[in-house]
Amino acid sequence: MSLLQVKNLRVEFPTRRGTLVALDDVSFEIAPGEVLGVVGESGAGKSMTGAAIIGLLEPPGRIASGEILLEGRRIDNLPYEKMRRIRGREIGTIFQDPLTTLNPLYTIGRQLVETITTHLPVGPGEAREKAIGWLELVGIPAARERIDSYPHEFSGGMRQRVVIALALCAEPKLIVADEPTTALDVSIQAQVIAMLKTLAREKGTAMMLVTHDMGVIAETADRVAVMYAGRISEIGPVRQLVRHARHPYSQGLMGSIPPLDRRVERLQQIDGAMPRLSAIPRGCAFNPRCPRVFDRCLVERPELMDAGTTRASCWLYAEGAPA
Amino acid sequence: MSAGPMLEVQNVARHFDVSKPVLQRLIAREGRRTLRAVDGISFDIPTGTTLSLVGESGCGKSTVARLVVGLYGPSFGKVLFDGQDLAKARADSAQRSRMQMIFQDPYASLNPRWRVVDIVAEPIRAFRLLKGKKAILARVGELLTQVGLSPLDGQKYPHEFSGGQRQRISIARALSSNPEFLVCDEPTSALDVSVQAQILNLMKELQQRLGLTYLFISHNLAVVRQVSDRIGVMYLGKLVELAPAESLFERPRHPYTRALMEAIPDLEMTGRQRIPVGGEVPSPISPPPGCTFHPRCPLANDRCRVEVPVMKAALDGMVACHAVEEERD
Ligand SMILES: Nc1ncnc2c1ncn2[C@@H]1O[C@H](COP(=O)(O)OP(=O)(O)OP(=O)(O)O)[C@@H](O)[C@H]1O
Ligand SMILES: Nc1ncnc2c1ncn2[C@@H]1O[C@H](COP(=O)(O)OP(=O)(O)O)[C@@H](O)[C@H]1O
Ligand code: SF4
Ligand code: SF4
Ligand SMILES: [Mg+2]
Ligand SMILES: [Mg+2]
Repeated sequence: MSLLQVKNLRVEFPTRRGTLVALDDVSFEIAPGEVLGVVGESGAGKSMTGAAIIGLLEPPGRIASGEILLEGRRIDNLPYEKMRRIRGREIGTIFQDPLTTLNPLYTIGRQLVETITTHLPVGPGEAREKAIGWLELVGIPAARERIDSYPHEFSGGMRQRVVIALALCAEPKLIVADEPTTALDVSIQAQVIAMLKTLAREKGTAMMLVTHDMGVIAETADRVAVMYAGRISEIGPVRQLVRHARHPYSQGLMGSIPPLDRRVERLQQIDGAMPRLSAIPRGCAFNPRCPRVFDRCLVERPELMDAGTTRASCWLYAEGAPA
Repeated sequence: MSAGPMLEVQNVARHFDVSKPVLQRLIAREGRRTLRAVDGISFDIPTGTTLSLVGESGCGKSTVARLVVGLYGPSFGKVLFDGQDLAKARADSAQRSRMQMIFQDPYASLNPRWRVVDIVAEPIRAFRLLKGKKAILARVGELLTQVGLSPLDGQKYPHEFSGGQRQRISIARALSSNPEFLVCDEPTSALDVSVQAQILNLMKELQQRLGLTYLFISHNLAVVRQVSDRIGVMYLGKLVELAPAESLFERPRHPYTRALMEAIPDLEMTGRQRIPVGGEVPSPISPPPGCTFHPRCPLANDRCRVEVPVMKAALDGMVACHAVEEERD
């Protein structure tokens, strides 16, 4: 059974000028030990999806319909206290900026020990030993000596590793990581990714990895969901998606990544920009930018459908599409 | 236009005094503390070409950018713009109008209270390049068209545009004084890949059309490969390798350059096992002795721990590394 199921999730923001639909009919699952990468342009709804899962949508944003299930139990309608407990114990979170997650006034050790004793049946002494173990695991050199340091005494890369240790130390089943490596340099990024991969493999932790860096996805994820204008436009195994994307938007997105192994005279580009939430076109939201648009795309909104090796929300894969 | 290089940077450094206030220093019995953001680097950029600088956060890239447009004065060394000392060139508004800068953050670099037309026209007014509202308006319309926007966009405010469109506005603004030399500090780092592709294509197109010279700064090697004629790799305030773009990618020599390339996630999914560089960039306030890369370098030996390597010719480029010099790389 899936560890996480998101079913037809719709998130709305009521505003004075009407209701904005930030997420529309988003569905996916994550199996235990699986890493699902979520990619797309900024504003596509990646962070919003993560926030909905962990119950931290910023008001007035709210789940208007749909369900979120963790191990078969609904978690989208729980009272705040219950959800808070699930957030530490069963779902760990990692955000882009380590400084917002760490409390600058407490030592690294104190923060880890508190998290461990809150969620696991261990005493402070044992918790401290566990904390040192986690710091070693995430690659903090001389963890035993450095456990009593304050966050500001660590570099950006080390702080991000501490945040990861903090997300993992209650041994959650699922990790929601939103751009965990974006603020890091490539050399540190590589260290952190290698570490996350090892942990997912060794501890069987499932992960929703939000990033706009396709390289990171290619190296870490088992499956990938591509988001566009609040919907999933394509979802499938990482290899198929990176190499043989089916949806015209995913194809454009992959094509626009500058290659490292050669110089091209002109990069492939998708003209135009993603629509604002207040002006999402009728039919397929991608239709004004799509090189393969045809009449049906202008009136009917495509659902995810079988597109061969992946599932794509694109009419090209429905019966009767132009060849 | 002269036949020489557009820009010559000769052994330039920029140090910052980051000492605590004098009283605190006396109490703590501390000396002055100097941060060597840029510590003696040399390169030149032939007219009409692109030189890129790459390196990790804090290695001094933006400081170099500020030095070459004169926003900082060098602590020592010399910058020549079209053969003339930069300080002198900056004093002459006709010369100053020949260089412009584009910044990383398309949100912070545009005045939110100004209409786009006034933002783009600002250099035209500052350098008194055109007289009369009509002429200026026409020129701004032309510039906006050149960067793929519409002349009508001039009446809007920056917040009405997406990140990519704002970066187009910054470029239009930079082009408005008809510059020959553009310093671009991470012009696409804040943008999505799809938008980045649009901006990089635009920059290349403008270079061909207008014969521009670029100093291009980025931490993204794949981006740099697409735009550069030559590439300089920086580490802790120094250039460690400088080579034609293709040579650098085909035959990286410096262990740090190789480590940077190794660290890039593999999109081709060949299953290549990446070996992350261990450790982190040391503090530029107290850099390690000898070669500053030695604590992270797999080839470091005793000489590396004491003797600072200097840039020496290697094939068609230059490398500062004892191992390369000793041919044990
Ligand atoms: N005005 C200043 N006063 C003191 N230190 C400074 C100043 N400007 C820069 N520095 C320091 O100089 C070093 C180089 O900074 P610089 O901004 O040039 O780095 P960078 O290579 O552009 O990094 P990034 O990739 O993060 O933009 C850093 O250690 C920085 O903290
Ligand atoms: N408080 C809010 N009110 C209205 N719209 C919002 C709010 N927060 C986010 N949005 C919108 O929701 C969409 C999805 O945002 P987000 O999930 O942060 O995107 P991503 O993480 O993919 O960049 C965007 O269009 C964003 O502007
Ligand atoms: S549904 Fe039509 S417009 Fe949308 S991506 Fe497919 S072909 Fe293009
Ligand atoms: S000089 Fe020595 S430590 Fe520095 S890069 Fe070369 S081999 Fe490594
Ligand atoms: Mg986000
Ligand atoms: Mg910088």
